[in-house]
Amino acid sequence: MSRWRLFVPLGIFSLFVGLAAYQLSQPKDEFVESAMVGEQLPQFDLRPAFASLPGAATADFTDGNPKLLNIWASWCIPCISEAPQLERLQASGVEIVGIAIRDRPEDVARFLASYGNPYVRIGADDLSEVQLEIGSSGVPETFVIDGEGKITYQHIGDIRPGDVPVLLDKLREAGE
Amino acid sequence: MIAEIGLAALWLAAALAVLQLVGGVLAVRGQGELASVVRTSAIAQGVLAGLSFVALLWLFIATDLSVKLVAANSHSAKPLIFKLSGAWGNHEGSMLLWVTVMALAGGLIALVERRLAEKTLLATLAAQGFVAIGFYAFILMSSNPFERLPIPAVEGNGLNPLLQDIGLAFHPPTLYFGYVGLSVAFSFAVGALVTKSVTPDFARAMRPWVLGAWVFLTLGITAGSYWAYYELGWGGWWFWDPVENASLMPWLAATALLHSVSVLAARDALRTWTIMLGVIAFSMSMLGTFLVRSGILTSVHAFAVDPERGSFILVLLSLYIGGALALFALRANSISEGERFKLTSREGALVFNNVMLSAILGIVLLGTLYPLATEAFDVRVSVGPPYFNPVGAIFTLPMLLVMAVGPLLRWRQDNLTRIRLPLVGVAVVMLATLAVVVLLGAYSLLADLGLAIAAGLAIAAFLPLRGRNLLRVPLATWGMVVAHFGIAVALFGMASESAFSEEKLAAVSIGDTTQVGPWDVKLEGVVPVAGPNWTAIEGHVIARYDGGKEVVLDPQSRNFWAPPQETNESQLATRWNGQLYAVIGNQAEDGRWQLRLWWKPFVTFIWYGGMLVALGGLLSLIGRLATDLKRRRALRRRELRSGEAVA
Repeated sequence: MSRWRLFVPLGIFSLFVGLAAYQLSQPKDEFVESAMVGEQLPQFDLRPAFASLPGAATADFTDGNPKLLNIWASWCIPCISEAPQLERLQASGVEIVGIAIRDRPEDVARFLASYGNPYVRIGADDLSEVQLEIGSSGVPETFVIDGEGKITYQHIGDIRPGDVPVLLDKLREAGE
Repeated sequence: MIAEIGLAALWLAAALAVLQLVGGVLAVRGQGELASVVRTSAIAQGVLAGLSFVALLWLFIATDLSVKLVAANSHSAKPLIFKLSGAWGNHEGSMLLWVTVMALAGGLIALVERRLAEKTLLATLAAQGFVAIGFYAFILMSSNPFERLPIPAVEGNGLNPLLQDIGLAFHPPTLYFGYVGLSVAFSFAVGALVTKSVTPDFARAMRPWVLGAWVFLTLGITAGSYWAYYELGWGGWWFWDPVENASLMPWLAATALLHSVSVLAARDALRTWTIMLGVIAFSMSMLGTFLVRSGILTSVHAFAVDPERGSFILVLLSLYIGGALALFALRANSISEGERFKLTSREGALVFNNVMLSAILGIVLLGTLYPLATEAFDVRVSVGPPYFNPVGAIFTLPMLLVMAVGPLLRWRQDNLTRIRLPLVGVAVVMLATLAVVVLLGAYSLLADLGLAIAAGLAIAAFLPLRGRNLLRVPLATWGMVVAHFGIAVALFGMASESAFSEEKLAAVSIGDTTQVGPWDVKLEGVVPVAGPNWTAIEGHVIARYDGGKEVVLDPQSRNFWAPPQETNESQLATRWNGQLYAVIGNQAEDGRWQLRLWWKPFVTFIWYGGMLVALGGLLSLIGRLATDLKRRRALRRRELRSGEAVA
């Protein structure tokens, strides 16, 4: 066996150690950011998730007004804690379109009756298909969509009181 | 007091490991002043580390809540067996268990090993001491299991409920015995590299450790797979999760090593390759520990994740493995070439087996580390069954085919026409099975091939026994036969599970009956039940196989309150030809209960096979040890006799 070939295992191993050391030094980021930020919304047309509101479709986002797209579910506990913030956003004049993930109309109705209804429309995404296409990996997540249907910002997790002004800013930017 | 004794014993053991290293290194370099203390300190180190671990067990049995580790992982209400397993069901305790087993193994080598050249033995013990020092430093500096709390806790935190399971109480120690056995093989390899003496005697000294480690790893993987199967309630038995791969990779390397060390022992061939595998097998154990403990890869069962610990293990890893690989690169050329052999020979088949096992190891390693590599470029991927299954099969299936033939071949040189009759027989069985399976229905290609190869292999496994007096067949040969048969059995189980499984997810009211496969399953009722540290809802399910006798199943959805966590306790009805797997879920709004049912024909054969493989290893180990003992006794008798003659 030629001499240098004996160093191959050591070389591969060094490569691994370098990689592992680099990864260990990187802060662990638990959030999975959407690759769709900056892109147009994918095409979808969801049936209503709640009897008294219309469903949600891509076409609803192209009327010139920026909107919030809130991905949530009645079975999601953090969604309860963000409900007051959504109501505050609605009170500030923000249009919020909901997408309910793997949900049932009666559960959606019960949730809205208990925690308030900030939505103008709610589409039902029974198999998380639209959710995945938008690049959301969990509930709740909130996206800022500009007047032409482009995703400009993603908020992962429940909206805390401190996040409300940030979202309002992002909406204003999206409207400019 | 007990905690302080444990800690003191640990410090002393660490000091002795240093002495062992220094004495060994000096002796190898020709200054033998300290040579006599190397063996003694290895033995004393084993005793002290053992004492330290007993102290930890004692603290857990007594639930001494002034000790941080006990307070964090135990609870006075826990059953005794889980108090005990709590001692190693956490990072600190498991590291102590690791180093204890390692020290005991070192002590055992020092006590019984007489075959190796003295210099190689001292180098081996020095390497063993060197590896142990790192683990002592790790424990004493960053993972002290004996740390006291400033104020004793009022009650303990409990053990992770998923771990409160009898199977899992023994799963980690089993794997550790395996890992540590490989650390011994590693030390042997390093010792041989240092003294440049790679001989059949060296292989015979190393073999029992490799065999023992391999038996434990096999048992550990089998038990772990069964645990994941019934405890996690997903109905699967292997998920290609990083942690599972971490246990599979050392097994693959150990399997290759086991076969190459046999070639070295019997034929004095594959010298450098065996040394390389000795290093790789232990590297894989350490790599596994690193992946699990550092949290560098996201895994469903990563526990004790801590980047600081990760850095420490990475430093140890680079020190030991990097050092050994550097030593290998510098020294391997000076190890003289072993005996040569023809391609068609027992050695040839074993080399093929080794190459295939290494390829599979490479594939699993690549798949496991790939996400780590892409993440450096901000791309997140997860590698799963669609990669591992087909790519692994490309190498596994040919390997299994050669495995059917290899044991029939003679050492050094053989001719396939000599064994054409059994070859044709096995081929006919495989093709006939394949034909039957394909006619039965269209299953996946891998499942079809798996069933066919399993059938052929099951018969081929026994062929080495043909024409021999069964009473005179060496135990080690029986071991090989049983282990190879076990592989066939496990393969049959895997292929059946993949081909014939049926799944049903039903929402049922009490009194409803649903079907899955040949089973009628009726939900009789749902009751709340309480255990020592949990409450649960328990479904009362009556199942009938093909209209036959009633089988009662009580799957539970448990809520542990210390710490709060929900687990599914699946229930299994086991028949000779498979298992009915039942999980109860939540109640829907309309009062119906979620019932998840699987009918998995012959799934149990996976674990029966695993146990047979381990049994084969055990038989082989006993056979080898008995032969060694006999040889040693004969040698001593001859010495005595020649002594008398002189007198």
